[in-house]
Amino acid sequence: MIELRGISVAYDHHPVLSDVDLTIEEGELMLVSGPTGVGKSTLLGVVTGLVPRFSGGTLRGDLLLDGTSILRTPPRDRAHVVGYVGQDPAAGFVTDTVEEELAYGMEQLGLAPDAMRRRVEETLDLLGIAELRHRDLRTLSGGQQQRVAIGSVLTTHPRLLVLDEPTSALDPTAAEDVLATLTRLVHDLGVSVLVAEHRLERVVPFADRMCLLTGDARVQVGTPAELLAHSPVVPPIVELGRAAGWSPLPLTVREARRSARALDLAPPVQEVLPDAPEALRARGLTVTHGRTVAVRELDLTLGAGRVTALMGRNGCGKSSLLWALQGTGKRAHGVVASCGSDPARLEPAQRRNVVGLLPQSSADLLYLETVDEECAAGGDGTRAILDRLVPGIPGDQHPRDLSEGQRLALALALVLVARPHVVLLDEPTRGLDYAAKRALAGMLRALADDGHAVLVATHDVEFTAQAADEVVVMSEGEVVSAGPVRRVVAESPAFAPQVMKVLGAPWLRADEVVAALGARTA
Amino acid sequence: MSTLTLTRSSVAGARLPRDVHPVAWWLWAIGLATAASLTTNPLVLLLIIGVASMVVMARRSDQPWGQSFRLYVYLGIAIVVLRVLFRLVFAGSYPGNVVLDLPQIPLPDWVLGITLLGPVTQESLLAGLYDGLRLAAIVICIGAANALANPKRLLRSVPPALYEVGTALVVAVTVLPQFADSVRRVRAAQALRGGETGRVRRLRRFVVPVMEDALERSLALAAGMDTRGYGRAGGLTPAQRRTTGTLMLAGLCGVCVGVYATLDLTAPRYLALPMLGLGVVVAVAGLMSAGRRVERTRYRPDRWRWPELAIVASGVAVGVVGWWVNGHQLLIAYPDLSGAPQISLVALVGVLVGAVAAAAAPPPRQVLA
Repeated sequence: MIELRGISVAYDHHPVLSDVDLTIEEGELMLVSGPTGVGKSTLLGVVTGLVPRFSGGTLRGDLLLDGTSILRTPPRDRAHVVGYVGQDPAAGFVTDTVEEELAYGMEQLGLAPDAMRRRVEETLDLLGIAELRHRDLRTLSGGQQQRVAIGSVLTTHPRLLVLDEPTSALDPTAAEDVLATLTRLVHDLGVSVLVAEHRLERVVPFADRMCLLTGDARVQVGTPAELLAHSPVVPPIVELGRAAGWSPLPLTVREARRSARALDLAPPVQEVLPDAPEALRARGLTVTHGRTVAVRELDLTLGAGRVTALMGRNGCGKSSLLWALQGTGKRAHGVVASCGSDPARLEPAQRRNVVGLLPQSSADLLYLETVDEECAAGGDGTRAILDRLVPGIPGDQHPRDLSEGQRLALALALVLVARPHVVLLDEPTRGLDYAAKRALAGMLRALADDGHAVLVATHDVEFTAQAADEVVVMSEGEVVSAGPVRRVVAESPAFAPQVMKVLGAPWLRADEVVAALGARTA
Repeated sequence: MSTLTLTRSSVAGARLPRDVHPVAWWLWAIGLATAASLTTNPLVLLLIIGVASMVVMARRSDQPWGQSFRLYVYLGIAIVVLRVLFRLVFAGSYPGNVVLDLPQIPLPDWVLGITLLGPVTQESLLAGLYDGLRLAAIVICIGAANALANPKRLLRSVPPALYEVGTALVVAVTVLPQFADSVRRVRAAQALRGGETGRVRRLRRFVVPVMEDALERSLALAAGMDTRGYGRAGGLTPAQRRTTGTLMLAGLCGVCVGVYATLDLTAPRYLALPMLGLGVVVAVAGLMSAGRRVERTRYRPDRWRWPELAIVASGVAVGVVGWWVNGHQLLIAYPDLSGAPQISLVALVGVLVGAVAAAAAPPPRQVLA
């Protein structure tokens, strides 16, 4: 239906895509994958027409829709064929209520009023958002916003839906909802879907074909099973399958479980966490925003040398809790003590020495033109910390030109230079690929080994399994469960990583299985 | 018989809970504000404020903009208090009945004409109070319109040819709260790291991330609007586009020359009103030519039914009565400062007519939280 022929894109003579051929068939779900910064968004932009109009750069090749070239058609004139949902759906909203947002695209196309009315009602039902129809878009949760954004492009009945990381900001349950919706569209309405996603473990089971960007500006296209056998980025389940030598590679938990029955492994040694000295203690902590209670009488203790993951659905009060622990966020009542002092009572400069916080949009911390200037402004030792976190970032680069992972490390180094006892991180895994997440997990482990207490809020169950010692699960501002990671994620299926879903508790990570397999053969 | 039943049911149907056309509420509020601007009578002004508040309480929705009325009332109170305070501090030598004899503070010669404190007269205080009340009443009328009608829906009900401009305005209105949000976020984030503390440098720390954020958001929004078809050319041929453009430009030039000639009395007279009229006609033709070819449609546009007409009529009636009182009952419109103000039956009834809007308007639509 849509065909890319010899597409090449270059920014400042630096090729991002070169000579890419890709065909998207009617009614298929095509997954675009690859490490960060290899041009996934660029590939999607070529299809929607946003590249090179909104990004700059040069584009060569041809783009065909049913055999006619649409390369020179601007995005607005492709709107009835291609629907696009960007990384941050809230940034693309034009109106202010759900119903108006659903109708906006149709108004632009000049549809008849009765057709608009009918399609809005159908779409509300299709996406299960009928009860939200009069709501203000800005009061919706992340998952709801994502579904409204998908709905608002569906109403124009596009033949191809292009989504850029649709689940990156969502909690595991909301992400499954959105993906189930997409599958339904593909199966019931025959819509083609082109989706870029980092977290393969979520999308691979739904994908018909995959387009893998390898980093040398080329692409490989094939079924997920073919490509994942050699891909540099793989979900844990494929890592498991590769280690165990299963063929064909299982892509869903169900398939893997069937193959895993034959596996007979000695269970992993369950490390017993030694008692850690207390680094931060909160008692009866309450945070309110107007009449909504964000955090309700919460007790929390963070041990020095421990990495604790903070999980829970979107809007359950994780960010409010972090800011209140740091001291900037006002708490209604309760006590917070770290090293004998209450962070809320300290001056900002002293507070930095007690509790460090890396906020959700870490770019807010950066304001200078080069990495060197940022390090100099941060104070003595910033560069040394940065080199330990991520070695070899060139000093003359602009912070905005760094990859997500590198920028995160720079911001983290600026926070760490004050040597805080407690380090809090708010959603640091957003937009990171597997390699960057592994590096981040390593950074957090090193911080904990230095005696810092680390609390990291995240939606990423695989990252939690990799990086955390303990997990705290929140809901409606209260702690639902807390304890060692193996126990807590075994208790809640929604938070269980893939390896545990396949092999059952106490298995947590693919590397444990690899080690156990190694021990068996040795 | 059947037509009669039909009419009756459509009369009743217009009163079912729904959003009233925003233009109706704005015309009503402008009527009230006109009446307020034409008098300093505190009784009339308080009555206007009362009528506006009552209608807001009865007919506002529980949407965010419905809650904004309070702010306008606070602003009104602040205006009155400030006006009276100014009269106290810069009392000057207002003739009349001295109520408070404060010592005058001598000022150097170069601030000639300004006096600090000094004897305060009843007339001076009342003049401040009445004047402040008039401004407050106008502000509260505007606030009432804002609370009753979604300001964005008002911007969206512009004629089709101005649709693009209307959308741009809506986006601008939406971006403001986001900007405030981004300022708050960056301020909190910058406190989390060390760095320069000098005044200029600190400003930079703060401005650079906010501007970058604003730019990124605007680009994301522009991309989102573009991919959803905003600004589609539709079936326009280049020739048609050129015609529309020429008409609009010519109209604009005509209006400019006309306005200039009207104000500059030395300019030839045939360039004044005739040119202005011609410019307006050409511009309207351009707008119509642009509007006719717009392929866009409106989803559930606000309908204009009899309650809207009644609301507008009640507002206009208040304005007309205010204008009549201003011309015919000068002592009611601008009461004597040395005595108690009085009100005439015409003014009383005239202002109360504004409350008809509350009865005529259908109840607001319920929004589930």
